[in-house]
Amino acid sequence: MNAEVTATRFRFAVNVLPKDGILDPQGRAVEQSLPHLRLSGIGGIRVGRRVELQVDAPDAAAARGIVDELARELLCNPLIEQYAIESLSAISAARSEAGG
Amino acid sequence: MSVRVGVVVFPGSNCDTDTAWALTRAGAEPVELWHEDADLQGVAAVVLPGGFAYGDYLRAGAIARFSPVMRAVAGYAADGGLVLGICNGFQVLAEAGLLPGALLRNRSLRFVCRDVAIRAERTDTAFTHRVPAGGPLRMPVAHGEGCYYADAATLDALERDGQVLFRYVDEAASPAAAAGRANPNGSLRAIAGVINAAGNVAGLMPHPERAADALLGSADGMLVLQSLVESAGTSGGAVAG
Repeated sequence: MNAEVTATRFRFAVNVLPKDGILDPQGRAVEQSLPHLRLSGIGGIRVGRRVELQVDAPDAAAARGIVDELARELLCNPLIEQYAIESLSAISAARSEAGG
Repeated sequence: MSVRVGVVVFPGSNCDTDTAWALTRAGAEPVELWHEDADLQGVAAVVLPGGFAYGDYLRAGAIARFSPVMRAVAGYAADGGLVLGICNGFQVLAEAGLLPGALLRNRSLRFVCRDVAIRAERTDTAFTHRVPAGGPLRMPVAHGEGCYYADAATLDALERDGQVLFRYVDEAASPAAAAGRANPNGSLRAIAGVINAAGNVAGLMPHPERAADALLGSADGMLVLQSLVESAGTSGGAVAG
């Protein structure tokens, strides 16, 4: 038996940030360091987390769906954080795998 | 025969032994529950101890939530089983959705390790019935992410429904201001611990097991652990599932 499964590899980044209005002490700490730098005009700093990953899936929509579920379930706590999924330049080397 | 109380051991738990010791002093027989094992071994209550489960990577408690033992604990809690989360255990319960709200990074950005004063807002629960009303309890906190957060509507609902279990209090025994020293992490409404609506799941950031003997500076934590052990004894631990 030789089942052929074709999947494309998609690359994504999930950017997680504190929700608007949630106290972000890390962002505040970075802001408070600004007087030590000779930079002006900076404000509104929010510090979050970026997770890069790859998914093998039949198509881009399916791949994004998997990433969305991962983001909702684990990468982001929806009570306090928001996320945005970013599609990275797909290396999209179509693969052919022999199973069985 | 003493009451068997489970103490979950995650990779990175570091208060499990202290918790087991304090539970023994409270009259229980502690039973270690390994994180990869979904069998709760028929215990009459479960304690999630402090520490850094799974290294606290991503967010404190986020990865622990998906461990086999936590799936069992969720079922156990749904069936009415008693579950207490201490510090990291509270973070795990919040991440798992078994308790409302979330624990954010301390407002100061500092890891805070010192004694605090808290007050039980309810003394009629399975976790606090031995605690005298009004009087502050002294016990240590030791955490970097203990700033209790929920949105305003949720906070109002928690107050209305009696789900605020502990509050940080200042020297005048009033709820500690968010920016004041008596509130070690900036928790909203000075909330140090909450209980679920059904009354069988509770969590708090301070460590009762580190205040379990006068030699440690305070034995106030024993009042909480004795409450739990007594409640577990009277419920008989007869939780199905």
